[in-house]
Amino acid sequence: MTELNNLNPGEHGVIKAIQAEQGLHQRLNALGFRLGKKIELIRRASFNGPLHVRIGATDIILREIEAKRIQLHLA
Amino acid sequence: MKRIALLGMPNTGKSTLFNRLSGASARVGNWPGITVDLMSAKILIGGHIAELIDLPGLYDLHGFSDDEQVVRHFLSNHPIDLAIIVLNSSQIDRQLSLALQIKQLGLPTLLLLNMQDEAKRAGIIIDIHSMSEKLGFPVAKISAKYGEGCPQALQLAAQKLNQALVQIDPRIVATKLEADNQIEQEMQHIVKQAVQMPIKLNDETTDNIDKVLLHPIFGLPLFFLAIFLLFQFIFTAGKPLQDGMAWLLNVIRTGALEPLLADLPSWLNGLLLDGIFNGVSTVAAFVPIIVLFFLVMSMVEDSGYLSRAAFLMDALMAKIGLDGRGFVMVLMGFGCNVPALMGTRVMRSRPMRLLTMLVIPLSLCSARLQVFLFMIASLFATNQAAYIMFALYMVSFFTIFLTAVLFKNQYKSIEPFILELPPYRFPTPRQIWLRGWHEVKHFLQRASKFIVIGVLLVWAMTHYPTDVAPASVSTLAGQIGHFFAPILDPIGIDTQLAIALIFGFVAKEIVIGSLSVIYGLNGDALSHQIAMNIDWVQGMSFMLFTLIYTPCLSTIATMKSESKSVAFMWLSIGWSLALAWVVSFVFYQGTRALGY
Repeated sequence: MTELNNLNPGEHGVIKAIQAEQGLHQRLNALGFRLGKKIELIRRASFNGPLHVRIGATDIILREIEAKRIQLHLA
Repeated sequence: MKRIALLGMPNTGKSTLFNRLSGASARVGNWPGITVDLMSAKILIGGHIAELIDLPGLYDLHGFSDDEQVVRHFLSNHPIDLAIIVLNSSQIDRQLSLALQIKQLGLPTLLLLNMQDEAKRAGIIIDIHSMSEKLGFPVAKISAKYGEGCPQALQLAAQKLNQALVQIDPRIVATKLEADNQIEQEMQHIVKQAVQMPIKLNDETTDNIDKVLLHPIFGLPLFFLAIFLLFQFIFTAGKPLQDGMAWLLNVIRTGALEPLLADLPSWLNGLLLDGIFNGVSTVAAFVPIIVLFFLVMSMVEDSGYLSRAAFLMDALMAKIGLDGRGFVMVLMGFGCNVPALMGTRVMRSRPMRLLTMLVIPLSLCSARLQVFLFMIASLFATNQAAYIMFALYMVSFFTIFLTAVLFKNQYKSIEPFILELPPYRFPTPRQIWLRGWHEVKHFLQRASKFIVIGVLLVWAMTHYPTDVAPASVSTLAGQIGHFFAPILDPIGIDTQLAIALIFGFVAKEIVIGSLSVIYGLNGDALSHQIAMNIDWVQGMSFMLFTLIYTPCLSTIATMKSESKSVAFMWLSIGWSLALAWVVSFVFYQGTRALGY
């Protein structure tokens, strides 16, 4: 078990829990972050920039701080 | 009249469909209680004239962003005969939730699965009959970009309109909007039964382009190179067009207008030719370059590269209290500051939105661009022009960074930064054309309104009182310039330029037009006169001031309505004026001290 921000590019995991207040939770949900979904880290931007992740057919960028709230099972 | 609402998630091509269905007949509608501009159009559908309304894109009906509020408010207060939902076929697995939410409202509904072309390439197969059966309303596949399936979709819409005889009371919709249940499960159930999705999507092209454009080391340099090349292209391709336009306008003046107006009394002749015609034609000469500029901008906007820019720049923007989206807004501000200000609505945290709104007016918009093109052509050699233009863009960035850094502690925020990366899309010629045309029309409307009134006022001020030499110190304009001399002398701005700056407060499109009226000259003759009156240091100081001080009244009005704060509007005006003066002062006095 780990958090999304700890993945290396090319690694993936399955979403186990999302720890966020309601507004953020809802937004993540709408973008496809749902329990049990497989998520892959594609790349990181330089200078500690955002992470580029893929859930199903959707590519999303988000910051480290938000990625930290997403807990994964390593597949 | 029947009323059809177009709903969908962001990035699903909803507006493309709207443009396709409405052609060029769209207008900004006025809806009670809704502060944003909703586009609507009258279309002929199955023998009905129907009003089609493009509602803002939203992720779900229960969100709390401004756009989501607008849609809820609209549906709760305006009866509609049909809701057309537009979803992205390749993301149907998660987007279907919106369709289910709308289904719950009990409205007559039609679901259009857009971007068939992309879904097909990605190997997604959707059984629309099965889906339609489960949803309980018709479903059709379309490609709004290429127009495929659109006639069939319209037929379905017409059938649906004929069936629905009674409008649903919006109050019922309002109560249902409050309820939210079971959607998740129902969605997964339908997707499981009706959709086959390959485990890994073979959207190789986007992946491969991303490998290069989002490269950890080369990504940012490539981005700046791309922007630089685009600007280079605009100016190189625009120059002959601009010369052609200037030539044409001169032919109109000498060949048609001068003989035609020769018999008029001299004051009226002067007003029409040296006032209105000179003013308007000086601005009109720049229209080709502005058209080109917007065409290129709309291509970049539609391509998906801007979200990548947000990805690349976010780390840097975070250091100045903004995020990647703020950078995208600034880039959009290069076109026009007004839509960029409205674009900040996607930000939910107010401090971040205000900070972004504070920096947007500093981005070098297309109206300022024409002032610079003109001044640079007048005062600098052709081979220096590109460097001066580049320097002005750099100053624009510098003032944005400086402002954000200085104000970031006042506008601290913890806005999450989560953004979808759409696949790269190459806009079709029709899309570029419609988009470009819309921008150009907007520009011309704005320009013509402000310029004609502006140049008339300038003409009146430079010719009153009538017994003194036009534009001399004794005229009204001269006196106003004289009044501001104590502030403007230290930055090298003379009386004539001061008048142009005062009118530039209304809109930058007037600046060159009013110089033309002040000197009673146009085209090359005006350039020569300006080159004789001021040197390059003064010209540069004038350009710096023009770049930084308040862009135009429309921007100020937008600032006020978007921030809902008069104090914030004044802060923005005051800050930009102060910064403009200080930068010009430092440049002017510094350069003079160096002996230039």
